[in-house]
Amino acid sequence: MPSVKIAKKSTDTDMTPFVDIAFLILSFFIMATKIKAPEPIRTTPPHSVSSKDLPVKEAIYIVIDDQNRVFLNIPVENGTDKIKSIISNINTARGLNLTAAQMDNFAKVPMVGAPLSQLGTLLSLSDAQRAKVIQPGIPVTDTLNNELEWWVGAARTAFAGGKLKFMIKGDEKSKFPTFEGVVNALRKNEEYKYFLVTSQEQAPAGTEMYNSQQRGDKVQ
Amino acid sequence: MASLDTGDGGGHKKGPGVKKAKKLSTRVDMTPMVDLGFLLITFFIFTATVTTPKAMDLNMPKDPEKKDEEMLTKQSGALTVMLGKNDKVYYYEGQLKEDASNFQTTTFKGIRDVIIKKKKDVVAAYNPSAPASAKCESEAGKDEKKLRDCKSQDMFVVIKPDPECTYKNAVDILDEMTINQVNRYALVKISDVETQLIKATEKAGGQ
Repeated sequence: MPSVKIAKKSTDTDMTPFVDIAFLILSFFIMATKIKAPEPIRTTPPHSVSSKDLPVKEAIYIVIDDQNRVFLNIPVENGTDKIKSIISNINTARGLNLTAAQMDNFAKVPMVGAPLSQLGTLLSLSDAQRAKVIQPGIPVTDTLNNELEWWVGAARTAFAGGKLKFMIKGDEKSKFPTFEGVVNALRKNEEYKYFLVTSQEQAPAGTEMYNSQQRGDKVQ
Repeated sequence: MASLDTGDGGGHKKGPGVKKAKKLSTRVDMTPMVDLGFLLITFFIFTATVTTPKAMDLNMPKDPEKKDEEMLTKQSGALTVMLGKNDKVYYYEGQLKEDASNFQTTTFKGIRDVIIKKKKDVVAAYNPSAPASAKCESEAGKDEKKLRDCKSQDMFVVIKPDPECTYKNAVDILDEMTINQVNRYALVKISDVETQLIKATEKAGGQ
């Protein structure tokens, strides 16, 4: 009598679908990832329900870090000629006597967080050295000597005719008077509309905004 | 002598001493490929920015040139919110009383209820026959949202951040205005009386 033979099953699994899925997910993440330029100053923006996207062009960032230092960051997307015009405007307005080489140096890494008196020395350094220097921030809290006012003025002149937007990117731990100083500097230049950089969160359930979102009202 | 194995084996004798070509499997071991795939996936997941920053609008009023250009708000609809240190919020409705009896303390969680309650009160006190209301309603026409806004048009929130408060507090309270759809609000400098009241309250609270 022939005995029942159990068929020998292979322990190998066909991995092809597994690989397919893995590479599908991989390609999704590659597409979805935006390579972000490393930020010179790290800030944690506060949360808000706002869902507006940040403008990229014609935008100047005023960064407040957690130690209440103010930095001016002009994204390179604005174009080198605009950045050069900002630095030359402030040079003539304040009589800083910057050399052409120093101004070119600024255009390469357009980020500043030092009083105007230190600007010359700072711009004489190479990019790598400049990155290492701990900058004290642009003075804003002193109402008589709000240097950001000059920077904003220089930027406005450089972008005259365009739609320049000022973005305030504050760290959530920074103190209010610094923010007030920044707002005062902008106000002195007759800039009354700003964007605050925040990270998005959902409107809490049960609130009016939540209800109107549910109704499908248009939110400005 | 080298010859092609035709496979029929007609002229060849099968048996010991006759070498048979080894059959190679066409399957490839995919394990290293999967390893690499998932390694890259993990890398991209970690580097992907989860939350892209968003922009929040802030409009500041122009400095009034003359004193009488300042906006007058109705007492009944005014709510003054002050931001203190350690995420404390102080508020009073209408005008601050001489004895400061309407000066109250709350937190960021509590302020939402205060705003909601105030808005309800303002809507309840809405008088459709008043000239200002009639004007607003005729402008709104049949737009339901605008009509709703008319009912709460007397509501005005004055935000006064204390020098001790953080930027996060200021953004949070502005956000609270958006959440509760308060259309009229302003950031105003805090007065000395109010700072002293906050200091006194902090002392009494043992902070």
